[in-house]
Amino acid sequence: MKFTWFNLMPWPYLPDDFREKNRSVWVDIDQKLFDPAKSHEVYNTYMDLLEYADTLGFDGVGVNEHHQNGYGIMPSPNIIAAGLARRTKDAAIVVLGNSIALYNPPIRVAEEFAMLDCISGGRLVAGFPVGTSMDTNYCYGQIPSLTREKYQEAHDLIMKAWTTREPFAWNGRYNKLRHVNIWPRPIQQPHPPVHIPGGGSVETYDFCIDNTYSYSYLSFSGYLRAQALMSGYWKRVEERGVDKSPYRAGFAQTILVADTDEEAERLYSEHVSYFYNRCLHVYPGFADAPGYRTIKTIQTGALSQYAPPRGGYAQLTWKELTEQGHVIAGSPETVRQRMEDLIKGLNVGNIFCLMHVGNMPADKCMYSTKLFAEKVMPKLRGMFPDWDDDNRFWTAPLDKRVTAGRLPKEAPTAADLRKTYALEAGE
Amino acid sequence: MIELKTVLTRHVPVRYFEGGLGPDLVFLHGAGGLTAEDPFLNALAAKHHVYAPLIPGYGDSEEAPEIRDMLDFTLHTWDVIEALGCKDPILVGHSMGGMIAAEMAAIAPNDLTRLALIAPAGLWDDDHPVVDMFSTLPFEMPQLLFHDAAAGAAILTAGRNVEDPAFLQAYLVTNARQLGMAGRILFPIPERGLHQRLYRIKAKTVIVWGDNDRMIAPTYAHAFKKGIAGSQLVSIPEAGHMVIVEKTAAVVQAIGGLD
Repeated sequence: MKFTWFNLMPWPYLPDDFREKNRSVWVDIDQKLFDPAKSHEVYNTYMDLLEYADTLGFDGVGVNEHHQNGYGIMPSPNIIAAGLARRTKDAAIVVLGNSIALYNPPIRVAEEFAMLDCISGGRLVAGFPVGTSMDTNYCYGQIPSLTREKYQEAHDLIMKAWTTREPFAWNGRYNKLRHVNIWPRPIQQPHPPVHIPGGGSVETYDFCIDNTYSYSYLSFSGYLRAQALMSGYWKRVEERGVDKSPYRAGFAQTILVADTDEEAERLYSEHVSYFYNRCLHVYPGFADAPGYRTIKTIQTGALSQYAPPRGGYAQLTWKELTEQGHVIAGSPETVRQRMEDLIKGLNVGNIFCLMHVGNMPADKCMYSTKLFAEKVMPKLRGMFPDWDDDNRFWTAPLDKRVTAGRLPKEAPTAADLRKTYALEAGE
Repeated sequence: MIELKTVLTRHVPVRYFEGGLGPDLVFLHGAGGLTAEDPFLNALAAKHHVYAPLIPGYGDSEEAPEIRDMLDFTLHTWDVIEALGCKDPILVGHSMGGMIAAEMAAIAPNDLTRLALIAPAGLWDDDHPVVDMFSTLPFEMPQLLFHDAAAGAAILTAGRNVEDPAFLQAYLVTNARQLGMAGRILFPIPERGLHQRLYRIKAKTVIVWGDNDRMIAPTYAHAFKKGIAGSQLVSIPEAGHMVIVEKTAAVVQAIGGLD
């Protein structure tokens, strides 16, 4: 099993009447609700928590990309990842990911991911999402019905840039480059492991199977509702005649642990409510630009998870959120049982643990994270013994890695340097 | 009287409506699409031989993935006119169709002598942004499209059961096909450089605008008039963006001035 501690980085100061007074948490969210001075502490606390997860033995720490979004203040995940590459030791740096259709030219991603892989000593997991319609179309202006074609070209270009050892010309439809020759290139060969976040489109299943990429379903609605989608994926894997390694798939799940089920509710219910009732308040007009989703995908009934349910959102309660599986919360034993159901039910080896939720303060987050790492994670480790050796979807770091801050405390004197470099003393 | 037919082009078979007797007139529809029952189409057919090709992906027509940008749309539509066997027809376009018609007139100024632009897209003014139709919800549409929003809502929902899941599914597919294609020239801002090319238009041009157009403000009418030498502007009171539905006869009359 691979557990990645994930933080969406929500803005924690959305007002109580946010839903009533604002039409959307995303795209046209009110500028006045962001306070740059407050964000200084928010960012640093969130990065501290990611680093803390590394010290507890999580397999990865995860970041992602959203734009103009009140629940994700990470338009550039690579900036956060660069900090983590320096300040974490062993965890994979899971960037899930860069929306590659948005980078011009996309070799920028090949370069930045290469830098992250080099700085971290080969700990990068590279995620390539198409990006939500909010991010890609409404914030970044990509033409909906051409987004996938542009994404595909960006992917092909990045892969070629990573794996070609001499300069080449790229005459694409969206990119014309005479001299592609990225420098640096990644440590991991032939390239870092790739995870593709998807939302149920058949084309993406095949794309992952064809390229031996892991398919990640980043849902906020929990494992019970994910059953249909993930069954569709595994059915496709079977049809294509490839192995059913659980590491071919990943799943995001909100997880909250306390000493008892009751305590979990007392401690976390307000933060869960903040996230599900305030942060996911997206204007339906931004959920799905016409042409963004393929006809085939619409016909299978896969709609945006941001499109509101028919009749609109009701205020979701703790009881509904935990019973329906949006959130797995409770005592270590409760969480273990439900995680086991999730892992077996969906056959997923990569779990993206959403352990910071909404406006949760750092102390509660540390408490829950530590309980999960110490009392739940170890009991879930051995769930897929047959696939322990499957390294296709995870990092291969250097054996010997340096750590940040290795310089001596004091700068050397001239005498020190003369000694070190065996120089003659001058006049 | 109006028939749905197919004509072959280099890209895809194109579906088009044809009907009426008189001088050849090609009508290019807006982003909402076109049906055989369209009152404007029928009114035009009373005095003209009307051809109204569907943009690929509209109605039951095949999609054309290779038509991606403004130049592709412009040349494709000239290909259609060629395939229909028309020579110098009266070219009429509404909204998105007006944008395509203006581009066609600018790229081939010597092949076209009569042009009618009805509330065309294609220009941009920061002070009067064109409404973002792609993030507009269906229930908001009538008041943006019609002078009389209540009557407009009745027209848009006529005969449809918006509560029926099968209808909704079909609606989403249609939207994805049609507006997905329209988005290639209209998203996120419906401007692809037409302002630099308007000066090339030589056709006798009439610009028609509803005084109460809340989708593309009437101020754009003046920008088109200024950009096309010798053009005439016909402003129609008590009409919105769907002036062709709300004041059909007045629009047809304005086009009649081109004959």
